[in-house]
Amino acid sequence: MNEADSGTIAPAVLRGPNDYKSDIKPVWCPGCGDFGVVNALAKAMAKMTLEPKDVAVVSGIGCSSRIPAYMASYGFHGIHGRALAAGTGLKVARPDLTVIVTGGDGDGYSIGGNHFLHACRRNVDMTYIVMDNRVYGMTKGQPSPTTEPDWDSKLSPDGTGLREFQPLVIALTSGANFIARGFTGDPNGLAELIEQAVRHPGFSFIEVLSPCVTFRPEQKEWKKLVKPDAFKPTPDMPRAARRMLRDTGFDLGVLYAGERPAFAPRGPRALRAPAELEARFTL
Amino acid sequence: MKKQRLPRTVAEFMAYAWALEVEAADRYAELAELMATHHNREVSELFAKLARIEGKHRDQIAAQMGWTSPPDAAVFRWETPEGPETTDYGELHYLMQPWHALKLAEHNERRAVEFFERFAAARVPAGVRAAALEMAADEREHVRLIEEWLSRVPPPESGWDEDPDPPAVAD
Amino acid sequence: MTAGNMLLEAAAHAGYYALMTRSSGPQIRGGEAAAMLRIACEPVECMEDRFDVLAAVDWENVHRFNAEIPLGASSLILADPDQGEPPDIFVTSGATRAALPLKKLAKSVPEGRANMVLLGALAALLGLPDEAVARAVEKTLGKRPAALAPSLAAVAAGRAAAAAIETRFPLAEPPPTRRARWLLTGNEAAGYGAITGGVRFVAAYPITPATELLEWMAPALAQVGGTLLQAEDELASVNMAIGGSYGGVPSLTATSGPGLSLMVEALGLAVTAEIPIVVVDVMRVGPSTGIPTKSEQGDLNIAVHGLHGDAPHLVLACNSVADCLGTTQWAVQLAEALQSPAIVLSDQFLGQARAVVDRPPDIAGDGGRTTAAAGTPGYQRYAITANGVSPMAIPGTPGLAYTADGLEHAERGTPSSQAADHFAQLDKRRRKLEAHDFGARWADIEGDAASDRAIITFGSCTGPVREGLARAAAYGVAARLVSLRLLAPLPVTQLIAALEGVTRVLVIEQNHSAQLYKYLRAECDLPGRVTSVHRPGALQFSPGEIHRHLVEWSRT
Repeated sequence: MNEADSGTIAPAVLRGPNDYKSDIKPVWCPGCGDFGVVNALAKAMAKMTLEPKDVAVVSGIGCSSRIPAYMASYGFHGIHGRALAAGTGLKVARPDLTVIVTGGDGDGYSIGGNHFLHACRRNVDMTYIVMDNRVYGMTKGQPSPTTEPDWDSKLSPDGTGLREFQPLVIALTSGANFIARGFTGDPNGLAELIEQAVRHPGFSFIEVLSPCVTFRPEQKEWKKLVKPDAFKPTPDMPRAARRMLRDTGFDLGVLYAGERPAFAPRGPRALRAPAELEARFTL
Repeated sequence: MKKQRLPRTVAEFMAYAWALEVEAADRYAELAELMATHHNREVSELFAKLARIEGKHRDQIAAQMGWTSPPDAAVFRWETPEGPETTDYGELHYLMQPWHALKLAEHNERRAVEFFERFAAARVPAGVRAAALEMAADEREHVRLIEEWLSRVPPPESGWDEDPDPPAVAD
Repeated sequence: MTAGNMLLEAAAHAGYYALMTRSSGPQIRGGEAAAMLRIACEPVECMEDRFDVLAAVDWENVHRFNAEIPLGASSLILADPDQGEPPDIFVTSGATRAALPLKKLAKSVPEGRANMVLLGALAALLGLPDEAVARAVEKTLGKRPAALAPSLAAVAAGRAAAAAIETRFPLAEPPPTRRARWLLTGNEAAGYGAITGGVRFVAAYPITPATELLEWMAPALAQVGGTLLQAEDELASVNMAIGGSYGGVPSLTATSGPGLSLMVEALGLAVTAEIPIVVVDVMRVGPSTGIPTKSEQGDLNIAVHGLHGDAPHLVLACNSVADCLGTTQWAVQLAEALQSPAIVLSDQFLGQARAVVDRPPDIAGDGGRTTAAAGTPGYQRYAITANGVSPMAIPGTPGLAYTADGLEHAERGTPSSQAADHFAQLDKRRRKLEAHDFGARWADIEGDAASDRAIITFGSCTGPVREGLARAAAYGVAARLVSLRLLAPLPVTQLIAALEGVTRVLVIEQNHSAQLYKYLRAECDLPGRVTSVHRPGALQFSPGEIHRHLVEWSRT
């Protein structure tokens, strides 16, 4: 419940958002949308009063994958495209941790595409935040799977001509349990989405529109194009699918909040000592 | 997006005002570091100065209210994406000039004026209205100061954002 | 196959040691299949030069197995005359032939099957006691009790029919006092070794011939409180295991050559970020898809050198079915202690052979991973320490949060492009391995310690080399035998010490390009004249083959 609604002034909490940021200063370009995500993540963690020691931020390679070092939580900066696999292993081995996987559209939808599909299916309880700037920023401006087909670049002059990857649709059909779209120009709104995503059981996916000031300066216009609260959250997958038929690509909010139970490893109730396994071999 | 709750007491209202300054100050401080990382010393120093100024406003409010432990700024929810005086991350450029920074500050202060005037015009108790009007007047003064500062700063020349060096790759 | 298994079990119950391997055609079901067994009073680690008995239910596509079933003049071919003549390749061996009308005998028993008749006949020829055979049949058919009586009847029919066969191969009496024995495959042994070593998280992607290792571990892990997760591919499985290990849980995956090729990028991450992980590579014939069902020692190169950059890590090799347990357990211990990936080289022969072995000795546990204590002031994840191992902060520990990184980094872990940091970290990561005291497990040193000749080998070559050397010794050919378990970091000092006084070295391995020979020569100054005996898969060395090579070598 929002403190302001209650009419009382709450005392300052022990940890403010700044306590969730590390002392390492981001090297992103001034104007980069990813600053908003650090802000939003920190706000969300503070709001949920998570202990930084119990949170792990896992990423791959790319500008947005630099995020783990900027947070005060544990971080894992892995290899290109494999963040979801690393995050899955971490969460299944350590279910007590809050695992947040982050990365960009190249890392997540191109080389990471296969893992994206299966992470949605597997529905392990973690949150995946993709900062989508529709370009490969780190390697200086190649098209990504979400780049518009006619965007001119050195690697694909006159555009790729390829249909854009549809992350929300793929997530929905693959089984993600919570799907939302956010915008870095609204860090407070994004903080709320992140909080909802983390609290929601199973695999939560937030596609975050995050303008790239250096390679896609035209994306500065996004703040005029985004439609806040354009989605009405539903637990009904067919309804969410029909809603996506009208998606503008700039519709924000929670598209789908499903009710699939989160992944839980199956195993016997009674545990045995390892030495008891020997009986299988003993003559 | 949540609709902003109208404050019912002066204390509640001043908590909004305080939160506004906290966010503004923190953002200017963050931007000061960001511009320093990108070797834009002039703008970095300017943002640092603005951070100190907003910090003073924040502390003034706390002192005025006699708060020993101020309210938590994080729980306030603005109608706009961020607080009225908070600089938008998207409005920056690594080669920006002091003039650009001051224009952003001016924009911030004007929005703050509008923010408080909206409270003053809304259905709020008389005490809150009075406090809102006072804050609006303060912010108008800040606008004037920024404008005066701007008049001493040269506008950017054309080609200010041209950089013959291509972007570098780090990963 | 079932009959082969039951014969193996019968031998086991009768107190013998045994080894069974299998070969089959590419059909998923109903294809041609051969089970090869060796039964003895002491443990056996390879097949003999020849088989004593070739018992055939039919001759369909048997040419596939020609090379794997060598016969000799003293061998016996036992076959159903209704299936036609045995192929020439077997007849020309000079083996005796005996007819056993399997199908007719099977029909004479209600619901009788030809393979049960064959089992009975073989049991008679070998002198296996009825009780042991019955026990084996019961155990195999346990889930289908209705089949038990007919099966035992068919076995009895086979025994009776075999009474007419003159050529017999009676087994010697098994040792009177039985040592504790196990019946298992190398894959199962490795799985159990992983668990005793502390593994509690496995990420799995199936691949021949490693799949059974993962399948054995799935329920076993759950029973000890661990988890096995099936991944979508090898890129996922290795990264999942690294993620689990980053979380503080000893983690493992298993694969074969093609999977290892996919995993090497992630192993480089584990090296740079100093995260323990064990990858068991059950080697098969390569390159590329190769021959998935056959054994070869062709992955030494990729295991040692497959990571880009300078990325020292652990590579170990199991040298027998039983050793798959101890070496995998040791690999887990080392990976954890040294915060490094460890590749364990097993192979299809060891992994899938079913063997009766002496119960492997227990290995002492060790301190495990060096972790950082909460509240360590000024904690630096990659601090340069005396032994090169930096205490690792485990997520959940307050005050120590850091970001593990594949980027080169300073001691704190922050990415660094400085040459000095790169050098310091490279040096640390190499030093932590090379400075470690690996103790006596680095190799099995056997043979004649006084000899000035030495054989170096690894993996499943060890079995035939041991046996071939023993035979050659009877002919006056003496040599030391070094079966390497630790391949990387290569224990050069210990190896040179073990070769003190040696003037002739012979490196024996099962691959086409002499990978071990070249690796050893590159890494250390081996004494005297060094030569190589190497042959690729898909056939194992036989002891006789080794014997011939050793005799030839002894003349140089």
